[in-house]
Amino acid sequence: MSEHVPHDDFGSRLGMWLFLVTEMVLFGGLFIAYSYMRAKYPGEFHQAGEELNVTLGVINTVVLLTSSLTVVLSIVAIQRGEKARSMGLLASTLGLGTVFLVIKSFEWAAKFHHGLYPNSAHLATLPPGEQIFFGLYFTMTGLHGLHVIAGMGVLAWILRMLAKDQVRQDHYIHLENGGLYWHLVDVIWIFLLPLFYLAA
Amino acid sequence: MSDPATAIVHPGYGTFIKVWVALLALTGLLVTLSHFGQTTAVWGLLILTPLKAGLVFYFFMHLRYEGPLLKGVVLITLGTLLIFFALLFADVAFR
Repeated sequence: MSEHVPHDDFGSRLGMWLFLVTEMVLFGGLFIAYSYMRAKYPGEFHQAGEELNVTLGVINTVVLLTSSLTVVLSIVAIQRGEKARSMGLLASTLGLGTVFLVIKSFEWAAKFHHGLYPNSAHLATLPPGEQIFFGLYFTMTGLHGLHVIAGMGVLAWILRMLAKDQVRQDHYIHLENGGLYWHLVDVIWIFLLPLFYLAA
Repeated sequence: MSDPATAIVHPGYGTFIKVWVALLALTGLLVTLSHFGQTTAVWGLLILTPLKAGLVFYFFMHLRYEGPLLKGVVLITLGTLLIFFALLFADVAFR
């Protein structure tokens, strides 16, 4: 077999960015739907927004921003050949992703406990604007949560590659692309926090 | 080879830690503004949130170190979404 395997890192990043822009359009469509509905039912969105726990929303924001920092620092570490530090930082990102999901699950469980879940009998008694608010809340935070889970799967796979030296100082494009995906998940949450918790 | 991200010196830990501190500060400001009423909260959302997202794109996602092609891909996408927003609200405003 040939000893030289060509790598096109720029092509890999371009491909990743093209995928990421499809994700931006996906969530962008939902943000547009939210904006229209909020303009149509401002009072009911405000009322429904009162049901959400701002403290948990802000804590989750800090958790995701910190996880974005650890993944980018993991790239810096591998660029410097600091494998152990890179792995530790990437493992921290996975830990923080887990913390985010646990907090989110507590939040959703509290809503379910109050009868607020898609197609529930209690939700059907609420005004249309509040029903739409919770419909968007569960759709957007649920879709975001699925992206967090997918991102954690990708980063766990890259952590394994790091351990096996398949990702290393002279070849770390997988870590860069996994990091790009994780940062986009963070950016989406940056918009979800004010939309649902602060400005509703 | 033409690889814009590897053609330059890689940024160190400090740069990203400073950006993270700025992101936390902006989040704190956003939460504080939300206590001054809905109008202030919405203005906070419209100004501070894109700023936070911009910091993540520019520094954490390394767009700062990329060439015009990748920057163009992102800007065209965001521009298209903005046009959709503008068209929607132009329609809503005159109903």
